[in-house]
This record gives sequence, structure tokens and C-alpha cells, in this order.
Amino acid sequence: MLLIKCPYCGQRPETEFKCGGEAHIARPEDPSALNDEAWADFLYTRSSIKGVLAERWMHSHGCQRWFNALRNTHSDAFLITYEMGKPRPAVDENGELK
Amino acid sequence: MSAPFRLPSGGRIDRSKPLTFTFNGQSIPAFRGDTLASALLASGKVLFGRSFKYHRPRGLLSHGSDEPNALFSVDRGPGRVDPNNRASVVDVTNGLTIETQNHWPSLDFDIGAVNDVLSPVFVSGFYYKTFMWPKSFWTKVYEPIIRAAAGLGKPPVAPDPDRYGNRHAHVDVLIAGAGPAGLAAALAAAKSGKRVVLADEQQEMGGALLHETTAEIEGKPASVWLSETLAELAGYPNVTLLPRTTVFGYYNHNHLVAIERVTDHLDRPGETIRERLWQFRAAEVVIAAGSLERPLAFADNDRPGIMLAESVRVFINRYGVLPGRQIVFATTSASAYQAAIDARKAGVDVTLVDLRTQAGPEKALAVSAGVKVMSGYTVIRSEGTKRVKALIVAPVDASGKVSGPRVRLVCDCVGMSGGWTPSVHLFSQSRGKLSFEAERDLFVPGTSVQAERSAGACRGTFDLAGALNEGFAAGAAACGSAETRNFSASPVMTGFKAVRVLPTDENPTKVKAFIDFQNDVTAKDVGLAVREGFHSIEHVKRYTTTGMASDQGKTSNMNALGIVADILQKPIPAVGTTTFRPPFTPVSFGALINLNRHGLFDPARHTPIHDWAAAQGAVFEDVGQWRRARYFPKPGEDMHAAVLRECKQTRESAGIFDASTLGKIEVVGPDAAEFMNRIYINAWTKLEPGRCRYGLMLKEDGYVFDDGVVARIAEDRFHVTTTTGGAPRVLAHMEDYLQTEWPDLKVHLTSTTEQWAVIAVQGPKARDIIAPLVDDIDLSPEAFPHMAMRSGHICGVPTRMFRVSFTGELGYEINVPADYGRAVWEAVYAAGKPHGIVPYGTETMHVLRADKGFIIVGQDTDGTQTPDDVGYGGMIAKAKPDFVGKRSLARPDCVAPGRKQLVGLLTENPQELLDEGAQIVADPNQPVPMKMLGHVTSSYPSAALGRSIAMAMVADGRNLTGKTLYITTPKGFTTAVVTGTVFFDPKGERLNG
Amino acid sequence: MVESNIIRRPVLAGRSALGSSITMTVAAPATRFILRLDPASASAVGSAGGFDVSGPINSVRGSNGKLAVRLGPNEWFLIVEDGEGAALEAAIAASLGDRFHALVDVSHRNTAVLLSGENVVDVLNAGCPIDLSDAAFAPGSATRTILGKSEIVLIRPASGDGWRVECWRSFAPYVFEFLTEASR
Repeated sequence: MLLIKCPYCGQRPETEFKCGGEAHIARPEDPSALNDEAWADFLYTRSSIKGVLAERWMHSHGCQRWFNALRNTHSDAFLITYEMGKPRPAVDENGELK
Repeated sequence: MSAPFRLPSGGRIDRSKPLTFTFNGQSIPAFRGDTLASALLASGKVLFGRSFKYHRPRGLLSHGSDEPNALFSVDRGPGRVDPNNRASVVDVTNGLTIETQNHWPSLDFDIGAVNDVLSPVFVSGFYYKTFMWPKSFWTKVYEPIIRAAAGLGKPPVAPDPDRYGNRHAHVDVLIAGAGPAGLAAALAAAKSGKRVVLADEQQEMGGALLHETTAEIEGKPASVWLSETLAELAGYPNVTLLPRTTVFGYYNHNHLVAIERVTDHLDRPGETIRERLWQFRAAEVVIAAGSLERPLAFADNDRPGIMLAESVRVFINRYGVLPGRQIVFATTSASAYQAAIDARKAGVDVTLVDLRTQAGPEKALAVSAGVKVMSGYTVIRSEGTKRVKALIVAPVDASGKVSGPRVRLVCDCVGMSGGWTPSVHLFSQSRGKLSFEAERDLFVPGTSVQAERSAGACRGTFDLAGALNEGFAAGAAACGSAETRNFSASPVMTGFKAVRVLPTDENPTKVKAFIDFQNDVTAKDVGLAVREGFHSIEHVKRYTTTGMASDQGKTSNMNALGIVADILQKPIPAVGTTTFRPPFTPVSFGALINLNRHGLFDPARHTPIHDWAAAQGAVFEDVGQWRRARYFPKPGEDMHAAVLRECKQTRESAGIFDASTLGKIEVVGPDAAEFMNRIYINAWTKLEPGRCRYGLMLKEDGYVFDDGVVARIAEDRFHVTTTTGGAPRVLAHMEDYLQTEWPDLKVHLTSTTEQWAVIAVQGPKARDIIAPLVDDIDLSPEAFPHMAMRSGHICGVPTRMFRVSFTGELGYEINVPADYGRAVWEAVYAAGKPHGIVPYGTETMHVLRADKGFIIVGQDTDGTQTPDDVGYGGMIAKAKPDFVGKRSLARPDCVAPGRKQLVGLLTENPQELLDEGAQIVADPNQPVPMKMLGHVTSSYPSAALGRSIAMAMVADGRNLTGKTLYITTPKGFTTAVVTGTVFFDPKGERLNG
Repeated sequence: MVESNIIRRPVLAGRSALGSSITMTVAAPATRFILRLDPASASAVGSAGGFDVSGPINSVRGSNGKLAVRLGPNEWFLIVEDGEGAALEAAIAASLGDRFHALVDVSHRNTAVLLSGENVVDVLNAGCPIDLSDAAFAPGSATRTILGKSEIVLIRPASGDGWRVECWRSFAPYVFEFLTEASR
């Protein structure tokens, strides 16, 4: 069971959260302006990497806020969690926060 | 029965507390503090079971949790029969009943032992090689026989009457193992004031100190130091001592799980829980798990009476039991000398055979204690079947070859030691990387991944003072301190030479030198597997089954690994280790399930009206966690009859239905309408307060996600309803968009599902029934039209009353605060009785809506339907620039011709009922595989139509209206005609009552 | 108005836990609101309708029987003895003036169990995975969390030794039975 630091509530067990998949994929301002390929890309294409991934998490059985997290998908280590709207923190080539 | 092998004094057993238990029907004496193993040995028993494959007689290999052989079925009374208990870890209690396993007709005479003679047949991969042909034999012949012969114990048949607990615990320092290193770690950590938990699997804490009768610590006998240390630790309020608690799993982010055996050691357990699952979240972990002794591989090394050398020492020193009167130790390890010395001190005849030609200082000590030491001897084989009778040994030369005549050493017990393997299980489970010390032939903890550190024998520090010092430093470091302490302790005998299989002059392919005792895997089996091409240790494990089952290869892994590495001529790290997985030792299902059974298995959600329905004899169905009344049978009625009656009566007069489970969300804020516009396909801006609209929402992929009636309560407030099952996901979906895509919108969402009880009154008499109960809402059709909402009171309590219909009839859905729900329901029902009101359940609700062609999301849809596919394309507010899913509706696939569409189906025989899920084709005579056009989604006998009706998703379905299609039935194809989906009252006139 | 003698019929009415290692009672019916308010507005007003909204996230503030549980950055759960909800709603709205907020009556959505005694933390930790020690969850703390398979709001008011477990109505029997079993 992972331990996840909610930006609002602090460290809480994974069972209080739900994961919302990859983060920083903004819904296009005007979807109708996208061609089919670009829209399909927005809908379905995810990076699915081994390494540090920015993910959306919701503290659903807590403050019920969505936030973002950098998680190493190989080690399950959380590098950082941060509030929605904040930019993705930079990570160096070793997968550590810069 | 007496205990002839019990020493007159000594040991940690309480001789003032005699006990008896029953072993295969025989009464066995014991003392408090005995395990089954020690008590049975004291009584002269050595035959404890039959081996898995060959049914060879087996005794005890070990004194601890690594025991592979002595597995008993333990009977603590009805429902409390538990198979595969290791004799070495079960505490004796008065009246316990024990049975041995895996033999027929008896332990002494076992027919299955013929397998031992046939053993050339049972080679590695025997099952894979043998039971291949003919294919048809597998299910009928091979599998039943294998299943009958496989396995060891028999599972209990009665329900488990015991209770089990669960505890989430947050600790600063968790110490796994209370041997010297763990105790020293606890001493260091205790002083910090932090929350410290010390857990140990044994009934008493102390680990190896419990049988240490020679060494001193800090100038005191080890046992004295132990009791003083435990007393000191018990005095710290911040320290929790958990004996009988095995830390069996090390998971992510320092989540460690342990099982505490609370009552199995008690004669009368009382009312408390039997076991408790501990779920620790530790800031820091100290692993002090000790080490496991390696057996020696030689021919017939599995005979009863042959055990690990240290175990001989434990039985003598800790339990006051002699495992034999003529003991031979066979070793490549210094530690066995101490065992030999202790055995000699107990007064028996002791010989020690050491493969090593050069022993350390231990040799002189042993010789002076009266042990006959034979250096440079290998073991060729043992003699004896049900108890070892002799050990055949022979000298070896410097190259390790047998170099002289055999010597027969008569004995009734053999203690063997091939050295020690650090218990790196927890470390490895933590995903830490092992490193291999080739010189000492040890895998030890290498790079840590989590906040843990290992100390003592589990990281290869076998020396007593070293383990204490290391443990103390680890405990201090876990508290952020660099403090160290130098313990004074007697030197102990350490060091060993790793030998995978003892040298022999016999044909190694003819002898059984067991590597894995529990799975009956011999050295030649492992060799054969490698020669057959299984070079990965993970493959060897699965092909030979070495290292599998309940002991998980604790005693066998290193030897198996070494054999593979030797044959492949690779260094051990290149062969790798198998993965260490939890649990470290077997854990009961009861503890894993703990409180989550019976009524607590899953919350059963009831509406405020549930008890009324139950009292009326309703039959319930599960809808997610909700229990919903499905129908209300009268005496003698089946579901079909009850539903027909409920449907008929509702359409003729009125029905009352509990819709409380509908999801409800209050959407509040100045941007509420804008938010609704973006979430739903419908338009909301112009919906006036006091009006309702059916809303349909899509996911971003354009497919129908959920639906429900929405009422606008005020300019800035909507009362949204969702499907019963969809309530949580719809709220989550809305919150997701609100928080992550449109945080600028001034809107908030609150779940009100359980705030409101919802009483649906449907039917031509609905208005008449509720009218007397309402006086501040004008119910007249003009003042309160269809799809309107009025706030007011019913029966004097506040209500939000919706005039809506999921039946096609005049209808109201009366929302009242939930605590009033039951009373209002009863009042409405009473008022309806003179009008012939009928309570109806979900089944009738389904039929009534199908009459009208209303979809049920999740039944008529499966997450791949656009609004147009279900015939609701006209609801889309096309003028809206955007809403969730809109762009996807223009994807090529969503606008392509030939998509499946929802249609009605009427069977040619009006009484024939199609199966929901049945496949539909155009031509039943086409070759297989046929082209499937779609499937039936809903099918009911309709009371209103006096015939069956069905809905189906059919490719290009609306263009097939009037055509005959073929639908599968269990007996073949039947036919039905494609129709529209509205079967009843197509003009909707009945909505007016 | 139609005469009525309908009174609230709480889901756990009449339940009691016997032989328990803690004291467990069913809380009296209450009036409850979810108040959504920007943190800045909350700081500015300090209290709304007599509810103290000045506490940090995961705290409970209470005076005169009015508990204000802050569940998140902009969410307060207000609990007061069962009574006139409409007047309270008006009072809260009046305190907030034209500051954007959302107020929803959830009086009947929830029900509550009151716990006290030395073993409360152990009993709760049978199903609640968070750290409830004094250091981590001092009196005055509150949070939404989990008990077994139910969501709960766990409230430890600053005064007294009691705990309040709030849950949705239909989960109440489960929560009550879970606590009963855990405290046996």
C-alpha cells in the first residue's frame, strides 16, 4: 500500500486515493478545431513510461481534491506531489528532482 | 506415555505445568513451553510424516519456522481444524489433537511409499513429460488421480468459528526479530522516546539466546542478559513487544504486515480474537531476522532422526530434550561443534564428522569436551528407514575425492550443518538489492530501496558481539542517532565451507540426496533440470518445484542455486536468486480476511424504506452495494406472476416504488448552468427554475456515460439525479472536470444521494392519492405540469416533488429528507390503498420503462453507444459550442453508416421471450462463423401489451424496421420483427393521467 | 398545512453496543450542512452563522454545540443539534453576504456514532488506516477517511475525550457493526 502525500492533508495511505492517469494533458480549449488525429491523440495516447511519470491523483476519501504527482513507475517512489495548475517540476536524467 | 528422552533438568520449559495432547490418537505428555516437536521428541517419536512425492518416512529437520517435513493437522475443536502446521512452531496446549498427514492407511504403513521404489519414474518435470498423451486422458484420468494424490493436509470443512482482528499501526521504528541484534536495536531505539515495536515470531523473545547456555553477554550468562533486557524494554511506555508475531510481508513505502497469534497457545482461548493482522506503517525498519542453517546433501539425508545441527542443540538446551542417545554430527560448519559440545554435556555419546580437514579452534574445544572428531570425512549415506540407524562416512583427500575405506557410525540421531544462510527475505521483499559475498558464500543485503537496515545474522554477522553491536547501531540510526555501543560477549564458533553435495564414491545418479525436503527434490533432479535446458533459477524452481510450497525453500535455496551454478560453471550471482515473496511463513486466511466477513464482508446499503419492504415479503436484489426490492410476491406467486400483477395494477390505478437509491448531486453556484451545459449533451441555460429535464452525459469519447432527470431548483442550483450504480462515478467525473479543467467556474458539487428518500407514485390515480397529503403545492395539471418540480410539504415535512415518469404514466417522485422517508411512504401507501395502489420493485420498473422504450444505462448500453445509437440524438443541443464528448461524436467511426442502433424486437410468437444477450443474425443458414448483427439488451413479458417485448442493439437497426431477424435461443434460432422502441402509448397521452 | 406528527427516524435508532471495550452511543439527530467557501473568504469572515470557519484543513472548531469540520481547502462540514435548518441557512448566508459560497443541507444524509474510552484509537485503527495518535491527530482534529469498507468523517472535538464518527446513512449499520466487532 503506497503512502501518498496529499498537498492538503499530508501523508495518507493509498486506499484513500484514486489515480486519474497521466497528468498535464489539458483538454483542448476548442475541441472542434482539432482534426481527427489530434483529437484521438488527446483521447487515447499516453506515454506509459517506465520511469518518472506525472500523474493525476484524487484524495477521494479525504479532502476530495485532485492534485498531481511525480511517481517513478518502476520503483513506485513518489518524488513530489503538487497542486493542480502548478507546472511539472523538473527531473534530472537520474530521475531525481532537480 | 512417558517421556524417556526428556532430560531431568534444564531448558526453558515450565516443569511445574504438565500438559497432555493427542498425537494420532496417542496421549503425549508435555510441559508449558514445549512445541509439538519438542514434546514428541521427548516421548521418543521421530516419525512425523510422509514426504510429498515419494511418501518417504520423515522426521523433523528443524526446530523453527523453516521446518519442511513435520506438518501436522491441528484440531482445536469443531471448525478449528488447521492443516500443514509445522510441529516446531505449534505451542502445546492441554487437550490439543494432532494428526499426521499424507499417508494411507497409517503413518507407519503407507501404501504411497511405493512411489519411493518407483522413483526413477518421478524425475524432474515428471508431470509435464508423462501426462501429455492422449489428450483426452487429461481431464478424465490424469487430473482426477493427480488431484487426489496431490497436496499434503486436508482443508477444514466446517466454517471457522474464530474471530480475527486487524490493526493499522504507525510506528517510528519497527524491529523484525528479537534475537541479539533485534534486542540491541530495541535498546538503542527505546531511549529515543519514539514509538518502537519489536516483533518476533517465537513464543518467547530472544532468538538464539533462548538456547545459548555457554556464551556470556556483558559478563552475564546470555539468559540473564536476555531477561534483564526484556524487562528493561517492557518498562518503556513507547516500546511495544509483540511475541508470536511474524512480520511476513514488506510492501511499498514501509508498509509491513505481521500476524500475531493471540490465542493458539492458550488452553482456553476465551472470547478474544484468535489472530491479529498488524499493518504497520513504519518510518524506519530494522530487520534482525537471523539466519537459517543449511542441510547437507548426501544419500538418504532425509531419514527420521537426521536434523539440523543447531536444532539438536536447541532441543537439548531450550527444551531439555535429547533428540537421540547416540548422536553423530556431520558438518562443514564450525557452529556444529558447539552443538556437539552441548550434546556431550547432556551426557550422550557424540561423534563429529567434518568434511573440512582444517577446523578452527572449535576442534580443540570439542575434543576436550569428549567429542570424537573425525576431520576430513564425508558422509556417503545413512542407514535406517523410519529412524536413522547409522551414518556411513569415508575419508576424503585434499581434492575432495573419497580416499579411504568407509566407516559405519551407529547412531539414532544425526545433526548436520552445511553452514548458514542469512534470512534476507524481508530485505528482498522490500525490493532491496542483494549482494553476494563469494568468499563466505552468502547473499547479504546490498542496496536499500526503502527506509530499512539489516543487522546481525541476517546480514551475515554471525558473531554474537558483532550482532549486538550492529543491532544497537541500527536501532540508533533508525532514530537518527549515530550512537554505537560495544557489547562484550563470548566468542562463538562461526565460519563454514559451502559444499552443495557431499563427495561420494557412489553413482550420484542413483542416490537420493535431498535438497528440498518438502517437495522431495533431490540433487540429481536439479541436475537433470539444468541438463534439460532450464538454466534460469526461476525456471529450475518451477520445473523441479524446489523452493515452492509452504516453506518456500528456506533450507534448500542456497544448495539448489549452488548446484545450478556449478553445473553451468557460472558464479552464483550470474544464476541469480529466486524472488522472495510474502508471506515469509504461511498465514491463515482468517487473519487476512479478519473483520471482513459475514455482515462485514461488504456494506449492505438499505434505503429508509427497506424494512417496510422486507416486512411486506419483498424479494431483494443486489444493485452494487444497495439491496433493492425486486418484486413483492403474494403467496404462491413467482416473479413472473408478481411482476405482471404489479405492472397491471400500476397502469390501472397506481404503483409505489422506492427510488431512494438514485444518485443525487446538488450543483450550486452562479456558473451552475454553464457547468451543466458543459457536462451534459442537453441545453440548460433556458431551463426555468421549477422545471425538470432528462439529461444525458457522455464521456469524452462520445459514449453514453449516465443519465437522469435534473431539476432546476433556482437560478444557481440544480438537483441532479444519476443512475443508482453511477452515483459515485458521476460525481467523480464532474469533480474531475470542475477541478482540473474548469477551475474558474463558480460551482460546487455536493452528494445528496442519501439526504433524500425518493418515493415514486406512478399511475392514473397518482394525483388523487397524494392530494390529501399535500396542501402547499398546487397539483393541478396546469399549475404542476409534467417535467416540473415543486418545493413544499407532504405530510407536513419538506419535499422536493418532481412530476416525472419512468413508466409512461402520470407520476410523481417525492423527495423527502431521508429520516422522514419511511413515515411518508407509509402515509402515501395508506392513502393509496382505497385507490388500489401496489408496491412494485425494480423488476416491474424495468418492464414499465421498456414498454416506453426508455433505456437503462448499463443494460441497453455498454459504454460504446453514442446518443444517436440509442435514438437520443435529438437531445443534443447542437448550438452549444462544446460539451464533454461532443468532438468525439464527429469522429469517423461515430458517424460511419452501419453502427449498431437500439431497436425494438417483437417475436413472431407473442409469448416467446428472448434471452437478454442473445445474438442476432440476418441469415441463419450462412456458414459459421456467422456475421453477428447485434444482441438483445432487454426482454420482458409486457402486461400492457399482453405479449413479450425486447430491445436490441442491431447494426443499421433503424433501417431494418419491419424486417425479420434471427435470434439465438438454447434450442436454435427464432425469429422476430424489428420495430421502434416505444411499444406502448406512443403519443404519451397517459402522462396526463 | 396537513397535520403531521412525523418525527425523524434515524437509521441507527435503538441500537446499542454491549460488552464493548469502548463506550459507543448513537448520536442524536443533527442538522448538517456542507459549506463550500473560498479559503480567503473564510479567513475574512472567521465565522459563518455562528460556525467557526477559521480552522486549518482537517480540524474541527466548535462552540455552543456548533461544530465546523474543515474537510478540505474550501469545504466545511457544519453540525449542530437538530433544529431549524432554514433559519441557520439564512444566518450563514447573511454572514457571508455576497461572497461566493454553496450551502447544501445534508442533515439526513449522515448519521453519527459517539465513541469514548481508552481503547477508541485501537478500535478505530481496526479499520482506519491513518495515524490517530495524540501527536498526529490531537483533539481538535477531524478528517474524511476510511473505516473498513466505508467512508467516514472522523471528528475528535477539542474538548472532552470523545470521538464522533459520521457516515452516510446507508453505511451506518456497517460502521456500527464494524466498530462493535472491533471493540469486542
